[in-house]
Amino acid sequence: MLIFLIRRIGLAIVTLFLLTIIVFALSNVLPGNVGRQIMGPFAPQKSVDELNQRLGTDQPLYTQYIKRMEGYAHLDLGKSYKSREPVTHVIGSTFLNSTKLAFLALLITVPLGILGGVIAALRRGSLIDRSIVVFSLAGSSLPEFVTASFLVVIFGLQLAWFPVIASTGDVISPAEQLYRLVLPILALVLVYFGYIARMARAGVITAMEAEYTRTAFLKGLPRGVVIRRHVLRNALLPTIAVVATQTGYLFGGLLAVELIFNYNGLGRELVRAALNKDLPVLSAGVLLIGVVYMVATLLGDILISILNPRVRLGDQ
Amino acid sequence: MGVIEDEIPATPPVPGMQVDVISDKRAARREKARLFIKSPSALIGLGIILFWFVCAVLGAHITPHDPFATDGLSHDPPFTNGYYFGTDQLGRDVLARIMVGARDVLIAAPLAAIIGVASGSMLGLLMGYYRGILDDVLGRLIEAFLVLPLTLVGLLALSAAPADWSIIPGIESSTQTVILVVGLLFTPIVARTVRAAVLAERENDYVQAAKLRGENGLYIMTREILPNVMSPIVVEFTVRIGYAIFAIATLSFLGVGIQEPTPDWGLMIAQEYRLVIGGYWWVTVFPAMAIASLVIAVNLVADRLQEVMEL
Repeated sequence: MLIFLIRRIGLAIVTLFLLTIIVFALSNVLPGNVGRQIMGPFAPQKSVDELNQRLGTDQPLYTQYIKRMEGYAHLDLGKSYKSREPVTHVIGSTFLNSTKLAFLALLITVPLGILGGVIAALRRGSLIDRSIVVFSLAGSSLPEFVTASFLVVIFGLQLAWFPVIASTGDVISPAEQLYRLVLPILALVLVYFGYIARMARAGVITAMEAEYTRTAFLKGLPRGVVIRRHVLRNALLPTIAVVATQTGYLFGGLLAVELIFNYNGLGRELVRAALNKDLPVLSAGVLLIGVVYMVATLLGDILISILNPRVRLGDQ
Repeated sequence: MGVIEDEIPATPPVPGMQVDVISDKRAARREKARLFIKSPSALIGLGIILFWFVCAVLGAHITPHDPFATDGLSHDPPFTNGYYFGTDQLGRDVLARIMVGARDVLIAAPLAAIIGVASGSMLGLLMGYYRGILDDVLGRLIEAFLVLPLTLVGLLALSAAPADWSIIPGIESSTQTVILVVGLLFTPIVARTVRAAVLAERENDYVQAAKLRGENGLYIMTREILPNVMSPIVVEFTVRIGYAIFAIATLSFLGVGIQEPTPDWGLMIAQEYRLVIGGYWWVTVFPAMAIASLVIAVNLVADRLQEVMEL
């Protein structure tokens, strides 16, 4: 187990290192002049040059990269191009808000998705199964902002049940905040339900057709016991992997959802940073979301290896 | 496919054999096409795509109003003053802008998918065929790349992209940038799929035979292996078109994708979603329905194609 853990963490560190290169390369993917982009096409060349010099963006790319990495090593994420505030301030509080939203969404989606998938698989071919399949396909293939737009129109305007602005700018009570987060959470649930439900359904169907399930039935175990002890234990392993992956990807979906519901989270902050060409904020935020993904998949892998000895022993 | 010509000399030449093989392949392809159109959901999907295709091709010729004409900041609700879907805050016909907006998506999404699938297939062939250190390094890089959600990487790459450049005449430069970036972002995931397919093929006898004949790596990859991994590539292509529509619409909605004055569905929603709560729902709902219909249609077709191809 320890060897498995060490190898897995070592791999994650390599991935993290490569990720910093990718993020840096992407923010320089097309030859854009940072100073020119911030100041616009009509600014005099002299002030553009001055700005580039002040930001350090006139240096060769590898120097810029090494400088940024030195900063990251000391947990110094640099300063925002726009506000000159430290990046840690800008993304710290918004990241906390996003985590709240993501956590609440997962808290609802994961049990609901697993339940939906298991029910669909156990009643394969029935009306319930087909509705869950169609519903999850539609939910996970639509862009988040489309789903969120529909929710705004239906629950915000037509029925007027829930507020469509999640952050008012004033200090509000936790209950009020939760009430204002209902629609953003619902939007995320609708999108991510599908991934989890489909995986759970596929897992249960595979396990139901497996030899060990047949054996369990043939030795006379009641259906409930077979499903609980044999089917679900095996079926839910791939689902855990999907939940871990989707936890990371959830933060990608937050971009549009936080923007539509005007929630003071990392997603909205990063969209603003992108529009302002504020690359230090944007790269640090993207890297942070990458780290969230890696931590989530790491935890998922550890959980899977605890539940399934074949995974950790197979490596030795 | 292309392999057959190479395999035939190995067997004793039988008169008419080549013809038989080819007609067999045609029959198989016809059978797949027949299976494909037997699925009602795939047909519905094709119908919806065809509808948007007609809108895209005919564009402003068939719209009831000029998509760019402003009608005195009217912001009319649907079915007033001859505007079936109403007008936006600048008084432009929403229906006309949605119909013309199809052009943009239907050009950009397949182009992005082509770029991604072409470069990804190339990379996947190289990785799968040569293995070794190239495969290890690229494999690690791809894994690191796939850590990030697509929209997020798109946001990062597009925010750094310059605004004015052009390769393809007749397409807005913002649209070209989006096509290029989304295509680029598809490359790693396509490469991973194709690599897996190539790994399964490379141990086959026909590859060994070609090696013994002294063919070079380029020939074996493009003429021997590529034709045999075409079906996962075709499936990947249709799936990528679906994701491209998703990504392009989202990036335009976030404000870093397609720019004004090009009529675009995601952009229309971006400009007016804040006004929904004031009662101006139509400029948001109709483009949202357009995106939903196209994304679901492409998914229906891609799903069915995958089923048929895997038979």
